[in-house]
Amino acid sequence: MPGWKPPDMTALPTRKLEAWRYTDLRPLTGITFATPPALSAPDLPSLDLPRLVFLNGAAAPEFSADLPFAGAFVPPDAEDVLPLAQINAAAARDGATLSVPAGQDAGALLLFAQAGGETAFAMHPRHRIVLGEGAHLTLIEIAKGNGEYWHNPVFDIALAKGARLEHVRVQQESEAAFSLCTIRAEIGEGAAYEHFTAAIGARISRTEIHATLVGEAARADVNAVELLRGTQHADVTTIIRHQAAGCPSRQVVKAVLADDARGVFQGRVEVAPGAQKTDAYQMTRALLLSPRAEMDIKPELEIFADDVKCSHGATIGALDDEQLFYLRSRGIDELTARAMLVRAFLDDALAPVEQPQARGLLDEAIESWWRRS
Amino acid sequence: MSVSTVEALAEQKYKYGFTTEIAMEEFPRGLSEEIVRLISARKGEPDWMLEWRLKAYALWRKMEEPDWARIKHPPIDYDDLYYYAAPAAPAPKSLDEVDPELLKTYEKLGIPLNERAALAGVAVDAVFDSVSVATTFRETLSKAGVIFCPISEAVREHPELVRQYLGTVVPAADNFFAALNSAVFSDGSFVYIPKGVRCPMELSTYFRINARNTGQFERTLIIADDEATVSYLEGCTAPMRDENQLHAAVVELVALEGAKIKYSTVQNWYPGDEQGRGGIYNFVTKRGACRGRNSKISWTQVETGSAITWKYPSCILQGEGSVGEFYSVALTNNFQQADTGTKMIHLGRNTTSTIISKGISAGHSNNTYRGLVKIMAGAQGARNFTQCDSLLIGDQCGAHTVPYIESRNASAKVEHEATTSKIAEDQLFYCRSRGLSQEDAVGLIVNGFCKDVLKELPMEFAVEAQKLLSVSLEGSVG
Repeated sequence: MPGWKPPDMTALPTRKLEAWRYTDLRPLTGITFATPPALSAPDLPSLDLPRLVFLNGAAAPEFSADLPFAGAFVPPDAEDVLPLAQINAAAARDGATLSVPAGQDAGALLLFAQAGGETAFAMHPRHRIVLGEGAHLTLIEIAKGNGEYWHNPVFDIALAKGARLEHVRVQQESEAAFSLCTIRAEIGEGAAYEHFTAAIGARISRTEIHATLVGEAARADVNAVELLRGTQHADVTTIIRHQAAGCPSRQVVKAVLADDARGVFQGRVEVAPGAQKTDAYQMTRALLLSPRAEMDIKPELEIFADDVKCSHGATIGALDDEQLFYLRSRGIDELTARAMLVRAFLDDALAPVEQPQARGLLDEAIESWWRRS
Repeated sequence: MSVSTVEALAEQKYKYGFTTEIAMEEFPRGLSEEIVRLISARKGEPDWMLEWRLKAYALWRKMEEPDWARIKHPPIDYDDLYYYAAPAAPAPKSLDEVDPELLKTYEKLGIPLNERAALAGVAVDAVFDSVSVATTFRETLSKAGVIFCPISEAVREHPELVRQYLGTVVPAADNFFAALNSAVFSDGSFVYIPKGVRCPMELSTYFRINARNTGQFERTLIIADDEATVSYLEGCTAPMRDENQLHAAVVELVALEGAKIKYSTVQNWYPGDEQGRGGIYNFVTKRGACRGRNSKISWTQVETGSAITWKYPSCILQGEGSVGEFYSVALTNNFQQADTGTKMIHLGRNTTSTIISKGISAGHSNNTYRGLVKIMAGAQGARNFTQCDSLLIGDQCGAHTVPYIESRNASAKVEHEATTSKIAEDQLFYCRSRGLSQEDAVGLIVNGFCKDVLKELPMEFAVEAQKLLSVSLEGSVG
């Protein structure tokens, strides 16, 4: 790739930073990340949707639809406050640039990223999504691959008044990969950002979402599931900033952890002075399927306005023996019964995903995870 | 409520703000090895105690003040403090020898130090600045085999117990303020309840900071031997002063097999004035170890005072089936800052913990709940329930919740819930329509909000705590 620079490993955040308390990136430091090799034959999903394809971090126009609202890559600002975005800023050479004009419904779009190579490599795409007033887009994102690599995408999202973006991510990266994704969304008056992440792949993954509600009655929905096994580690970190009055936010995060897996959820809701009538809800539940699995949760509320309704809840536990017994007594075999309970456990995190293709994709991803585990 | 009424009410009263003029003995300002030696010598301590202090002092010198809490204050000049202040007269043998001025002080505070004590049935160990002034009811207690005395006395008379337990729950190296306390602690209470004994009365210590520029560094150690039970009350006040004063206490609790310790605090140190001038900096390390099977430690705190509260009473649940509880009300008004919560560390099988925290913020204050629930791999069948509720009064204050939940055992069940809200208009309207004033209505609703915690307090404390909540909120509603 032209202009490629190796990532600045000294800029990696350490566990000494409170925001990185539960996710240790030291495993990355021992690896030399080379230039991404060329990848020519992608394994495209059979989804009947216009798509943008990125192979090893580079746009692949030959596999992509020609979209009127897609533009050329715009390099990011050189300086960034977030350590991973800073590394991305120095190294980003490609990414999707989407700008849906006011009043337009752009329908659903697939953003497909595939990675693979003989030796370890790193890619730092920078995606930009801008929706004009009243515009709509459903962005379905699939990230997959094989081999050892580091995928460090950054999304910069801006939603104008009354715009709506559904963003559904299915992260099925290689189990030797590092997937560290930063998403920043600025949500204008009456606009809505509806996010869903399924963190299924990667050796270490983190999805860090900063949703800033800047206009009145703006809305952020951030839902996620973590489905982990082996020694996988997944971290979902959210920062929802209520800066305007009358904004609702809703977060439901579910983790199902098998073997020695470790799940992390850190979620902070910040309510600025003057952001009255905020209605913020957050729920995290973890199901430990193995005695060696670990879940760490840090739900945070930071509130500077008095007329607000903010709540969070968190639970960690195992499958309920009584529920299992109930199903077994109805003649359902143990494995099916467990699958049913796990599926039911995930349900209210999945419920907000209404787009049928996105929903189908998620159901399939969960199904195949369960079969493998 | 109109602006003028708010202003009129804003003149918040701190009724414990008087000072007592009595001759004090103080060591020179600042902290050095010399001061540590002086304190130790003044206490007539054995060599091992001095060694212990010096070790802690050396550790402290190398440590840095923690900065992770949500509190802001100008840097504390540790070399500008007095580390020891005591009434100048030699230690009294009985109540009659106690300086009458001092007794008057306690009378004003409403402490049952003399005859009233008998009626109230409370044994009080009153700590005035740094020295334990008088300890009542020692006879009754000693009949039951209970040791309740100033810790300085315990160091001399029960060295085997002190050496066995001191610093085993909160080691000197634990944190900056614990190290400082270990080096310079001047007094505090020592309690030992022998095997199978239920302490015949509630034990109580009253702390008061009187002298200017003094830090208060008391150290409390409570040991409940097998099947023993004790309830301990602690209250705190300080005079009104413009400058800030430092309080860095350490409390260690040890519960052996089947033992139960209930530790209740009403903390009403001077909170500073309505501009945020003055007030106590309260940096306290409190921790209990449930070492024996089926032991139980219960912390109840009502925190209405101090300019800054930095305090996390914790339980280490080591013994199988042991129980930890934390019930807390933290109220901040004006420019007060509280960063408080608990840690429940589950090590043993079938250990359970309950956390109920109620935070109330008013004025320009900031109130943070910070807590950790940690389930270790061996804590089979452990159970935790946490509830943190915050109430905001006014739009200039902040309420924050920072819970850490870490589980490494699939058979453990952890539940956490938190809410933040303001006083509902319909609740207020209901009370007002029954003829209650705005102030009384808010007081009533706040007390209702805190009920789950207040009901855990011993009766005499519960009454005081309710009054305190109302007084502390004066001038904050409108």
